[in-house]
Amino acid sequence: MDNGQACTNGLSSTACDVSAVPGEEIAAICKAFGNDKHRMLDILRTVQDRYHCISPSTMDRVATETGLSRIQVEGVASFYSFLSLSPKGRITIRLCDDIVDRYAGLAEVTAAFEQVLGIRVGETSPDRAFSLEYTPCIGMCDQAPAAMINDVVLTRLTADTARAAAEALKAGLTPEHLVSERFSDLTPHERANRMVDNNVRHAGEVLLGPVPEDAGLNKAAAMMPAQIVTAIEDSGLRGCGGAGFTTGRKWRFAAGERAERRFILCNADEGEPGTFKDRVLLSERPHLLIEGMTIAARAVGASEGILYLRGEYVYLRELVEQVLEERRRRGLLGKDILGVRGFDFDIRLQLGAGAYICGEEGALISSCEGLPGEPKTRPPFPVNRGYLGHPTVVNNVETFCHAARILDRGAGWFHAMGTEGSHGTKLFSICGDCLNPGIYELPYGHSVREILEMAGGQDAAAVQVGGPSGAMIARDSFHRKLTFDDLATGGAIIVFNGERNILEIVEYYMSFFVHESCGYCTPCRVGNVFLQKAIGKFRKGLANPEDIEYLKELSGTIIETSRCGLGMTSPNPILTTLKNFPLVYSALTKPNKDGIRDTFDIQSAIDGARKIAKRRSYIFDRDFTQ
Amino acid sequence: MSGTKKETGFTFTIDGIEVTAYAGQTVMEAADEAGVYIPRLCDHEGLRHQGSCRVCTVKAGGRSVAACTQPAAPGQAVENETPHLNKMRRDLVEMLFHEGNHLCPICEASGNCELQAMAYRLDMTETTRFPYLEPCRALDASHPDIALDTNRCISCGRCIRASEDVDGKGVFGYVGRGIHRRVAVNGENLADTDAQVTDHAISSEVCPVGCIIRKRVGFVTPIGEREFDKGLIGHEIEERRK
Repeated sequence: MDNGQACTNGLSSTACDVSAVPGEEIAAICKAFGNDKHRMLDILRTVQDRYHCISPSTMDRVATETGLSRIQVEGVASFYSFLSLSPKGRITIRLCDDIVDRYAGLAEVTAAFEQVLGIRVGETSPDRAFSLEYTPCIGMCDQAPAAMINDVVLTRLTADTARAAAEALKAGLTPEHLVSERFSDLTPHERANRMVDNNVRHAGEVLLGPVPEDAGLNKAAAMMPAQIVTAIEDSGLRGCGGAGFTTGRKWRFAAGERAERRFILCNADEGEPGTFKDRVLLSERPHLLIEGMTIAARAVGASEGILYLRGEYVYLRELVEQVLEERRRRGLLGKDILGVRGFDFDIRLQLGAGAYICGEEGALISSCEGLPGEPKTRPPFPVNRGYLGHPTVVNNVETFCHAARILDRGAGWFHAMGTEGSHGTKLFSICGDCLNPGIYELPYGHSVREILEMAGGQDAAAVQVGGPSGAMIARDSFHRKLTFDDLATGGAIIVFNGERNILEIVEYYMSFFVHESCGYCTPCRVGNVFLQKAIGKFRKGLANPEDIEYLKELSGTIIETSRCGLGMTSPNPILTTLKNFPLVYSALTKPNKDGIRDTFDIQSAIDGARKIAKRRSYIFDRDFTQ
Repeated sequence: MSGTKKETGFTFTIDGIEVTAYAGQTVMEAADEAGVYIPRLCDHEGLRHQGSCRVCTVKAGGRSVAACTQPAAPGQAVENETPHLNKMRRDLVEMLFHEGNHLCPICEASGNCELQAMAYRLDMTETTRFPYLEPCRALDASHPDIALDTNRCISCGRCIRASEDVDGKGVFGYVGRGIHRRVAVNGENLADTDAQVTDHAISSEVCPVGCIIRKRVGFVTPIGEREFDKGLIGHEIEERRK
């Protein structure tokens, strides 16, 4: 935030070198994407990867080639964290600064990188070789601390391994070389497995146990589309991304809409901190995922699909593309799939660029359309008018995988697992203070305590179920069950032991939501900043007893007036800890002596003027001797 | 013509008042026609609905929705002027005040400002509890006839839609994300764009605050004789019902 900082006239001191990028090269990039404005994210990603900056002249050229205005291009370029209007290094090191990484030793790792590279977090080296940044959860909480080095992922970093990696990069080795000296000889699958462990701790019956190849698709090809929808409805399958909408109903709505074109979108924008189950499915069961999407296509009559892969999972891009290519070769994608006339379906991979909000289905569609990742006004709903106005089914990775298995084994088989209202199995990604972080595939209905025992997290004092947008629960709630009706989760279970500072966690999660709010609506854009500041007040010991009521009231307004799920859940870290850990708050409050509310901080208010005047304030700077 | 309208029309209630709506109308459109005012800032007659300021939040069927984008539904009971809703609206208006730098006494728009007028209507009279974000945004006085002081911008985007849809130009657009999201111009500065003082986007009715300033016409209407010196914001709509 630029609050309290001196005015700089809004001009960046390090604007991109305008002459450096020839316009013809930009035009060639646009042309490679058909000069299609809907491929704006791909165009800008390519520019960023190649030139490490999106300069004003580049935006002008992209606008010309795609028939947009520069401000429209700038709107996209300035929205995504992985795109930059100021020059970045040839290698960008993104250290994951999730709370789990912080507790796993991020500070030492950061210090090692800073020391070797000679730059601080947020800076780019003068020779433009390196940029060092923090980035929110990159989905590696089971092997934290982790970092992205361009498209390469490093995990389980220590001060020593971080220093070694930084020194190797400084000596001129490529990021790929850090993974393997013979990186280019490895298959995409081998590369991904070298970089990241999948940590499957418990394989369940549906997804991570033995899965026969394309058995569901073979059955679906012989069925009428309406029968497929009925089977999914009968199975009781609900969306696994967190919202839990009934999958069969979604498919039925999309199928029932009169339309020329329909779309199947896979939401692989797994951004909820502490969630990494889709990462594991994408590398362990990529064929099952594509099989599920293909079945959905047959069910609703779609012939086009998009797999939206979060930018943080770029290391899986080759793997997914190879799978798509292989399936095209084998007649499992493309025209007349499995020889069924008119069963046409193909998928394009859309890579994100660092925006949690794109996991919201409307925002995901916006992003696929080449727009800033802003949620759409509902109604209309995506199943009625989604991607480019066509009926669109958006489902999570895990949901599609389940659908494929349901078609193979039958709705009854799936329905019999789990509990009433929460059928089948669920992947839980467990991380934090436990012995065995990783993926557990379990039927719905286990208690938190049972899961903690499996993962070796018996020392837990607090568990964040469902990530920051879910609930932080205390020991007295560990008997509660993981179902849609009790404790719902998209998969994240983050374990904290008794030594962790609850308010530090809450403050981090609020800063996460402030960073990730799209800014479209007032309550989420502004209200979350206020919540973050209020928690800061508690942390500093400046809070009054009335501030507890203030937190509740402000949270209520944000939840009730926000436009999408982000703002409707962003106060949850505060509300659930207020409810389950009330002493954490009340112990830190004290009545104000003079009854003055200290919302105004004179020191930060005059800081800008101080910098401009280059002198201290005679009135407000207490120590005049220095 | 009125005959065909009646055939497709249906009724619903706002705070118990029966309102007629037609297929495709939003709650706010129907309310405006019926002379029921629902507070709003980002919505403006003749422009696309955006649903971003959230000041028009109403309760429909127990759920909170933005009246400007929510389709009216037959038989629905909509709540509008309740203490609870007005409290939340006041919070939102306060948020907008605190997000920018709104110094009414020195602002040319004072008295014509919808943000200020909304604060009066919603009874924003107590000391606020929110912190001031005190952003530092540069003034753009590059254009010979227009100045932009985005310190007063409330991100309603009315200028963006007016320029795109009415003027056919696209002078303005949103850039950035989250708390950094703001209205910017299509070029290095306003002089670099094809904005003209005669654009609808530049007219006094489009910018609800004192962000878009027409040079050399400041204070033509004296304080005391301005738009909201005559009555509360929304009074023209409410008078339709009398």
